[in-house]
Amino acid sequence: MKIVVCIKQVPGTAQVEIDPETGVLKRDGVESKMNPYDLYALETALRFKQSVGAEITVVTMGPPQAESVIREAFMMGVDNGVILSDRRFGGSDVLATSYTLAQGIAAAGGCDLILCGKQTTDGDTAQVGAELAEFLGIPHVTSVCKIREVTEKDITIDLDLPLHVETAKIKYPCLLTVEKGIFEPRLPSFKLKLATADRPIRMLKLDDMKDKDPAHYGLNGSPTQVKRIFPPENRNEHEIWKGSPDDLAERLFRQLDDQKFLQQLR
Amino acid sequence: MPAPYKTFDTADLNNLRALVPEERVIPGAEVGEDYCHDELSGIRKRPDVLIKAMSAEEISAVMKYAAAHNIPVTPRGQGTGLVGGAVPLYGGILLDLSGMNRILELDDINLTLTLEPGVLLMDVAKYVEEHGFFYPPDPGEKTATIGGNISTNAGGMRAVKYGVTRDYVRGLEVVLPNGEIVEFGGKVVKNSSGYSLKDLIVGSEGTLGIVTKAVLRLLPLPKHKISLLVPFPDLTSAIRTVPAIIRSSSIPTAVEFMEREVILAAEQFLARKFPDNSSDAYLLLTFDGASKEEIELAYHSAAHTCLNAGALDVFISNTQERNESIWSARGAFLEAIKASTTEMDECDVVVPRKHVAEFVLFSKELQEKYRIRLRSFGHAGDGNLHIYILRDELPETEWHATLEQVFRELYAKADSLGGKVSGEHGIGYAKRPYLRESLDEQSALLMAGIKKVFDPDNILNPSKVVVK
Repeated sequence: MKIVVCIKQVPGTAQVEIDPETGVLKRDGVESKMNPYDLYALETALRFKQSVGAEITVVTMGPPQAESVIREAFMMGVDNGVILSDRRFGGSDVLATSYTLAQGIAAAGGCDLILCGKQTTDGDTAQVGAELAEFLGIPHVTSVCKIREVTEKDITIDLDLPLHVETAKIKYPCLLTVEKGIFEPRLPSFKLKLATADRPIRMLKLDDMKDKDPAHYGLNGSPTQVKRIFPPENRNEHEIWKGSPDDLAERLFRQLDDQKFLQQLR
Repeated sequence: MPAPYKTFDTADLNNLRALVPEERVIPGAEVGEDYCHDELSGIRKRPDVLIKAMSAEEISAVMKYAAAHNIPVTPRGQGTGLVGGAVPLYGGILLDLSGMNRILELDDINLTLTLEPGVLLMDVAKYVEEHGFFYPPDPGEKTATIGGNISTNAGGMRAVKYGVTRDYVRGLEVVLPNGEIVEFGGKVVKNSSGYSLKDLIVGSEGTLGIVTKAVLRLLPLPKHKISLLVPFPDLTSAIRTVPAIIRSSSIPTAVEFMEREVILAAEQFLARKFPDNSSDAYLLLTFDGASKEEIELAYHSAAHTCLNAGALDVFISNTQERNESIWSARGAFLEAIKASTTEMDECDVVVPRKHVAEFVLFSKELQEKYRIRLRSFGHAGDGNLHIYILRDELPETEWHATLEQVFRELYAKADSLGGKVSGEHGIGYAKRPYLRESLDEQSALLMAGIKKVFDPDNILNPSKVVVK
């Protein structure tokens, strides 16, 4: 099985400043890391590699410095890395990003299964996974919280919906976006770091894509107009409960249970 | 237990209520169960009165009254101690200092923080880090008060590189058993001015005086940190690697060892998976530094040292999320072990680093010899071990008998290796006989003498640390 995992390099901290003039994230001097949600998609892929065998390729769109997240994926056990990097990809919104990823994945040779994280910690749209599947014309499932069975032809999963959990079986090729916590992501390995230090990373540019029309990429291919970006307000709301210890314990239990904090250890 | 003290009566209650506002003077019968014990199981005692003190002046007035009327006083922080240190063995006055929790001054020229004793350790860390500073002592119990940390000279995981609480206490305001308010030490970096009374108070477990204010020493905050989780085929090879790691050019801030069975218990307790649980034993190393390049160099050298010594791999934890996944489990070890049994007691010995492996293996042998479950984890880098003896289904009398035998074996072994009874939890009530046995006659006399000089009437936290 060939698996592609989409990953993204994001700022290393939640305290990112926004330029009030341009509304753009100030990335200079800010350290970066792999989008934490992508780690769950990566871990899911690595579990498949261990259980049924798979070749895993990570794909990212970004500047050449995105190499560091590809190297980190190698340190976790990923086989190949592709960076979609071209100045003309700059300024992409979710639609252009999804389109570029779709073109890039096809140019890199396609796959049976695409895994994405739930969302990114910088954009927070949670739309790229689903749009990517639409561009590729393959079925997708979001909010996957559990893998039930993986066979050569299909995969059975649970998806976490607001009021219930749904079980679905889906044929390859398909795309899944996985929830945080589906598996505990493994840590990067120093041994693999040494072993993969010289492994080449494939760079794909606009000219490597099937669709070479620059109007479909980057700022030109992005219908979204950003009016304003501003940091969310800090919410400090809290409730104070009063009552007997027994009532409070019961109430706390119900609240935690309702919010699904008390799930069984998977 | 003999009660050589005045029987506390209504007159005492009313007199104390004249010294401290009434709503903060709570008669014994109304005192919540939580105040009658600490985290050590098996010892409980209700105070005759609970006083929630809010200032040194109030404490001074209470101490003067107690001294004049021969009433025992036991100071208490958050009650997270593990040796019964804050249990009012003779009743009397329990002095709750947790309400004195103000941070008074951050002096960014002298790099000191002045605060009251009731500030929680986690709040100290948060406050100074927000201002770009660092308070290195890092005991596992973050809800303990700084006053409690000072009283036990708490250590924690960063001791390997940074030392213990005593190394970060510059000055103290103390209420003596006679009620006088004194200051020991200060904001000075050096001090050769007579006996260091400040250092006598640190680690005295509330038996010499009551700390009402502390001046702590701060460092600039290291901007970067990284943890390495290093799997080994077995505990012996893991622990035997520690000296080589510490000898290498870069000193880790922490070197912890952990075994698979404890990790599994933590996973179950937290309902959360640890990043790796496939090996029998692990070392957890942490490095900090001013730049990414600095810690990169440091951890590469340590990683090679580990691989050369037989480590199966070296896992790198370099983001907040990854550190969280490891350290949340590490932080839950004690509670997880506790949840896995009916009752437990703990041995907090410290041995010279060289003998850590030998000591841990010795403790394993006791499991079979006494047919009892022992669990351990701890600070491999500083020789301080936490060995937990679990009761499971043992009947009461058998449990106490076995426990005592196991303790004696552990302390005797530690002694033979040049170790000490307690590395960081203190002596309190529970470990007094073991301390006494480990001390030579002259040292024991000196300790008793010091207590007598500070507290001639033996009213402040009596029957703790030293045995009369």
